[in-house]
Amino acid sequence: MTSLLDVRDLCVTYRTGGGDVPAVRGVDLALDPGGTLGLAGESGSGKSTVALALLRLLPGTAGVTGEVLLEGENVLDMRWGRLRAVRWAGASIVFQGAMHSLNPVRRIGDQIAEPMAVHGTVPAGEVPARVTALLEQVGLPDSRYRDYPHQLSGGQRQRVMIAMALACEPRLVIADEATTALDVMIQAQILTLLKRLVAEHGIGMLMISHDLSVLSSTCDRVAIMYAGRIVEQGPAREVVHEPAHPYADALSAAFPRIGDPASRLAPRGLPGDPPDPADRSPGCVFRPRCAVAETVCATVDPPLWPVDPDAEGASTRQAACVHVGPARPLTAAPTEEKRP
Amino acid sequence: MSAPAGTPGTPEAGDRTDRAEGAAPATPRALARRRRREALRRFAREYARNRAGLFGLAALLAIGALALTAPLLVDQADLTITGAPGAAYQPPSVEYPLGTDNFGRSILDLVIWGSRVSLTVGFLATAVSVVLGTLVGMTAGHFGASGGAAGRIVSSALMRVTDWFLVLPTLVLAVALAAVLPRGTGTIIIAIGLTVWPATARLVRAQTLAVEARPYVERARALGGGHAHVMAWHVLPNVMPVVLAQTTLLVATSIIAESTLAFLGVGDPTVVSWGGVLEAARNAGAISSGIWWYMVPPGLAIALVALSFTLCGRALESVINPRLRG
Repeated sequence: MTSLLDVRDLCVTYRTGGGDVPAVRGVDLALDPGGTLGLAGESGSGKSTVALALLRLLPGTAGVTGEVLLEGENVLDMRWGRLRAVRWAGASIVFQGAMHSLNPVRRIGDQIAEPMAVHGTVPAGEVPARVTALLEQVGLPDSRYRDYPHQLSGGQRQRVMIAMALACEPRLVIADEATTALDVMIQAQILTLLKRLVAEHGIGMLMISHDLSVLSSTCDRVAIMYAGRIVEQGPAREVVHEPAHPYADALSAAFPRIGDPASRLAPRGLPGDPPDPADRSPGCVFRPRCAVAETVCATVDPPLWPVDPDAEGASTRQAACVHVGPARPLTAAPTEEKRP
Repeated sequence: MSAPAGTPGTPEAGDRTDRAEGAAPATPRALARRRRREALRRFAREYARNRAGLFGLAALLAIGALALTAPLLVDQADLTITGAPGAAYQPPSVEYPLGTDNFGRSILDLVIWGSRVSLTVGFLATAVSVVLGTLVGMTAGHFGASGGAAGRIVSSALMRVTDWFLVLPTLVLAVALAAVLPRGTGTIIIAIGLTVWPATARLVRAQTLAVEARPYVERARALGGGHAHVMAWHVLPNVMPVVLAQTTLLVATSIIAESTLAFLGVGDPTVVSWGGVLEAARNAGAISSGIWWYMVPPGLAIALVALSFTLCGRALESVINPRLRG
């Protein structure tokens, strides 16, 4: 079975006045049809750049290399016409900030119908019925058809964005910080809705968030990005609860665990700032902030290794750290010994 | 604009029942018709709240009706110099409510007849300049924002042409154009249309750039929309309020420009227009001889039409642009 989405060695470099800035440095991702993949990382780690690169939505100043295979077809090589056809019909995006992603002078119903009009997938006569069905699917009453975006609440607007994303029955939905601006109750509702719709329609979903708890509750697999690279990926549960990479560990520890008094007062978070993407010194980029850094880390920039080569399904869990995988003998500390 | 009605301001009882009926639709077409009717009603209600706008609209309707029915009210033979019915320079009287000119023609007749040319030229010249300005402004703005390197070159080229027209003194250019082109009303329309569009183009370009930076334009590109789709679907409706306000101001400007050209003697001498009457009054020495009734009526007519268009424009803008309302 060809995978729905196969990203191979994706690199994005922004050309700026001060030289080239690599924002994404060799990202590999794979997503099976109907699967859900979460992409986490702090601000500036390249999550949204990856999302935009998947549909070639980056500005002209961004140089993109590598391969983005959407159902076996490389998006980066596509001709303009084919690319426009693939946008939304092949893969759609639920944008961050539904507040501003809706045109204030167009009715909700017309905006949901917009992708259908652009792609001509639905005969004009059936569009209103289809829009009504979509509104119903995302839990909005038909009477919202004629409303303008400013008459809706934040959660309702996000529902409209989801309805719009489903309009052309795409195989892949990219949710870029889809719930970030919402309060937790609405966030939970939207996540449930997304999960249900994705399962019902057999759509693959790539969910981008800085919120690990959101990803762990929604996605089968999670990949964690740091400074434009994936530092750890694997089944959501394992990555969130037993992270192998020190950065994943810090990210996971940054959320207080309810019911665990010890975690409440323990120091959390990570000192220091995210690295400057323009800085290209050798070694592991996480080294300056890493609590378990070794001398070897200054020279070796480890690739993704299987975390536990002996376990069954070993290839599913990977991390990029000298404490993990074959590089392990080089260091004194065993994998299990993590930051207290 | 496909949906000039904007948004319902306050939900009203009638609105609710309509919606409840809409939940069980008869046919899509009937539903659409009802929605359109409803939108029109709402539009009228919103407009009626603006008193100045109502005054402007009433004045315009009256003047428009007068212009359309002028052939019934005025005998065209009375407007010729040879067929003038009265004596020269008669002050206002029952027979000639606004007096007569140096040939003995009724000033009232001249003003009524003059409205035809003034309104025609005003509307058509505005149409020419608004269409031209919007096209140039939107193209320059859109391709400058999202057309890549080639788009930026096209955009700069268009804006330099616009700048060139902008720095030329409008009146001088219009006079030159009107002098070079064959005489006639069409020439005046083109001369005015070609001279007043750059301001619209600049305005529309600025608005286009602002709209292009909004996330929903990125979203529209992400869902596969091309240049035409983004411009027609997202940019145009958002620049319409600006264009509309500009249009109403331009109608007033165009009418004044037409009067100016006629006053300067480059208009079409074979037709009666307000500017033409003013010119004739000046040539006849009406100012020095104190014949006020020769000059005041056409001047007031120009002012009234220009004012009415401006008032209407402001009212329309406040109805169409939901953000101008609370």
